[in-house]
Formats: sequence, structure tokens, C-alpha cells
Amino acid sequence: MAKEVILLDFWPSMFGMRTRIALREKGVDFEYRDEDLRDKSPLLLQMNPVHKKIPVLIHNGKPVCESAIQVQYIDEVWSHKNPILPSDPYQKAQARFWVDYIDKKMYEAQRKVYASKGEEQETGKKEFIEILKTLESELGDKPYFGGDDFGYVDIGLIGFYTWFPGYEKFGNISIEAECPKLIAWAKRCMQRESVAKSLPDSEKVTEFMAMLRKKFGVE
Amino acid sequence: MAERSEEVKLLGMWASPFSRRVEIALTLKGLPYEFSEQDIANKSPLLLQSNPVHKMIPVLLHNGKPISESLVILEYIDDTWQHNQILPQDPYDKAIARFWARFVDEQIYVTAMKVVGKVGEERDAAVEATRDLLKLMEKELVGKDFLGGESLGFVDIVATLVAFWLMRTEEVVGVKVVPVEMFPEIHRWVKNLLDVDVIKKCIPPEGEHLNYIRARMDSLKLKSV
Repeated sequence: MAKEVILLDFWPSMFGMRTRIALREKGVDFEYRDEDLRDKSPLLLQMNPVHKKIPVLIHNGKPVCESAIQVQYIDEVWSHKNPILPSDPYQKAQARFWVDYIDKKMYEAQRKVYASKGEEQETGKKEFIEILKTLESELGDKPYFGGDDFGYVDIGLIGFYTWFPGYEKFGNISIEAECPKLIAWAKRCMQRESVAKSLPDSEKVTEFMAMLRKKFGVE
Repeated sequence: MAERSEEVKLLGMWASPFSRRVEIALTLKGLPYEFSEQDIANKSPLLLQSNPVHKMIPVLLHNGKPISESLVILEYIDDTWQHNQILPQDPYDKAIARFWARFVDEQIYVTAMKVVGKVGEERDAAVEATRDLLKLMEKELVGKDFLGGESLGFVDIVATLVAFWLMRTEEVVGVKVVPVEMFPEIHRWVKNLLDVDVIKKCIPPEGEHLNYIRARMDSLKLKSV
């Protein structure tokens, strides 16, 4: 049964985490395969020839690429429980907008926070905090981005939380001081089994970030 | 179709591929809409209020409620008015369509912009890179009339960016980025698109469009010498 769904992933990837969470939300049995990105498997190269990137979701032998697309696919195929996207078209559009925002803005900005120095890092830190504040403002006083229920935008963002201690350490920032509501939201998400099971230890992620810093020559 | 009065307004820009693709979708669905041409250099209060995050067109206002980002808008249109479906119904086919739409916007568009925005060696490199990406699109078209299959679909609408923006820029830039010998399928697909009334109606008129591109390039002084 597990062979039906295979996830090619890399353990610290905040994008891979999205797909892991979505699969667990739906109770889908899957085989998790961790890729060595310096030595990509033939299967990865065959299943994502265009980008050669993880995560790749393979369902009955057919690949789905791009984490946001995978989460929507999972929601549509396993539609029997725990809906991830809202059913109302306008709410759905808002959810898609915010995951698109995260996709467009978060990755570049967060990279600068821990993997750059000097002027570039300072600019990166400002941008990053601004992005988090925009997200926090969108969250408002709701328990989750979609309202009362855990959903698409929560899944889209929560993976970055495991990288927060690293941003704080290497970027010399305090995310809790800047965005307390967002931290409260993250802790709330971590209570969810699908999230707790899908996210790695923050400490391990921070170690990984330290290794990347050396690789990028900023350490 | 809904009987209540539907107010659909599009904040757009006549020469923008992202704005035009929304017009294609609305027209395919036979939806009446009000088009409001936006001045990007001097953004209107309505635009800033409707898309405070990105401050960009297109923005669709449906009964006053704003939706931003063209791909999000296209899916919203398909979700709200379910006749003449733009996206495939099957979840797998839908995932593939979404993948290719992103590919056009995040890969082809970004690389093609460098063809227009750079000169000399950097431009040559951008042309090479764009062609490599287009080869993937070329492969997708083999044996198909449209990227969506037998008829126009989501990816075709998004990829009008290639057919009527990238390929039109060739004339102005003086570089054949998409030569017919290298990309016979893409050229065949463009002809198929031009046979579709909605497309003919919704793309910017060629003469005016070329003048516009020329004027922008002149102001950037980036035409090939």
C-alpha cells in the first residue's frame, strides 16, 4: 500500500514539510525517501527532469512536482477528510494568494538572513521581518490563517518555523519580539500530530544551517 | 449562470500579458466585465487599496472583493463560473497544468525578460537559456493542437505570454529567439491560437503593441545595434 505514494524529499526542506503534513492530514500511507542533493537519485532525475528538485510526490508511478501543487493535489485526491483548502472560491483564492506570497518572498529573504553578511544581511533581515509582519497582520487574531481550521496557508508557512532558531542565532534577531502572534500560531500548529510528525528538530536544522554558512563562505 | 447582478471589474493594463490572460478567461466564460486601464507609473487609490501587498495589476474585483495575482485570478474565475472549464477536471491533469503555468511565469518569463533587458553577451546567454526552456514547451506540443490538448486550456492562456509577447519582441529586439526551424510545434500552436476568436479578440493589436514595445526599448536604449 505504501508503494502507492512515494515522497522524494530532503529532511530540512520547508517545502517538503508541506507535503509531509498534507499526506498525514489525510491519513495517507506513504514511503518517505530522503535524497542526497549532492548525489541525486536516478528516480528523482527521472521524475523531475525539468527542475531536478525535491519534493517530488509520486502517486501510482506518476510524479507531481512543486510543493504547493502537491498539497492541492493531495487535497483533491483524498477529499474525504480534513479539507486543506476552503470550499468557498473567494476564500480559496485568498489562501492561494498567501501561499504564492510565501513562495515568492520568503525563500530569498530568509536565505539572506542566515547565509549572507554585511549590507546584504542587514537588508535581508529588514525584508524578512517585514514579510513576517505582513503575514502576522494577515493572521490577525484568528487561530489559523484560514480561520478556525488548520489549512493551506498554515501548511505553507509552518515548515519555516523549524528554521527560526537558526535565523535568530545567525541573523541576530528575535522573531518572538517582532512577531509574537506568529510564534503563538506556530506553537499552536505544532500541537497538531501531522505537523509534529513532519517537522524535524530545530536543533538539527540549525546545525544544518551552520554547515551551509560554511559552504557559502559566511562562517 | 448566476441571476443576481454580478459586478466584475478588472484593474489592468492593455499591454500586460498578465492582464490580458484574465481578459481571455472572462471572455471565454462569456462574462461581462468593466475594464479599468491602470497607470502603473501613477497608481490609483483603488489599485493600492485592492492590492496593498503587491500593488500590481491585474486585480479582479468581484462584487467589490479583490483577487490578485493572475494565476490565482484564473483559478478563481474557473471555480466561480463552472461552465467552459479552463482547468482540467482530473486532479493529476490539473497538477500538470499548474506545473506548466508556473514554468511559463517563473522560468520562461524571467529568462525572456533578460533578452529584452540586456545587451551583447548577456543577451546572447539569455537567448540560449530561453531556447532551452522553450524546447520543453515544444516537446509538450507534439501531437497536440493546444497545450491543453484538443482545445484551449489554462496553460495555453498563460502561455500567450510566449506567443504574443516574447515572439513579438523578436521584431523589436532584432533577435529571432524562437525561429521556426527550431520550434515548428510552437509556431503551429501560435497559428492554432490565432484561429480562436476569443484569442483574436483579447490580445493587444499587433501594430500598437509593437509600437509600445519599441517605445519602451527606446527609452531603455536597448535595441540591438
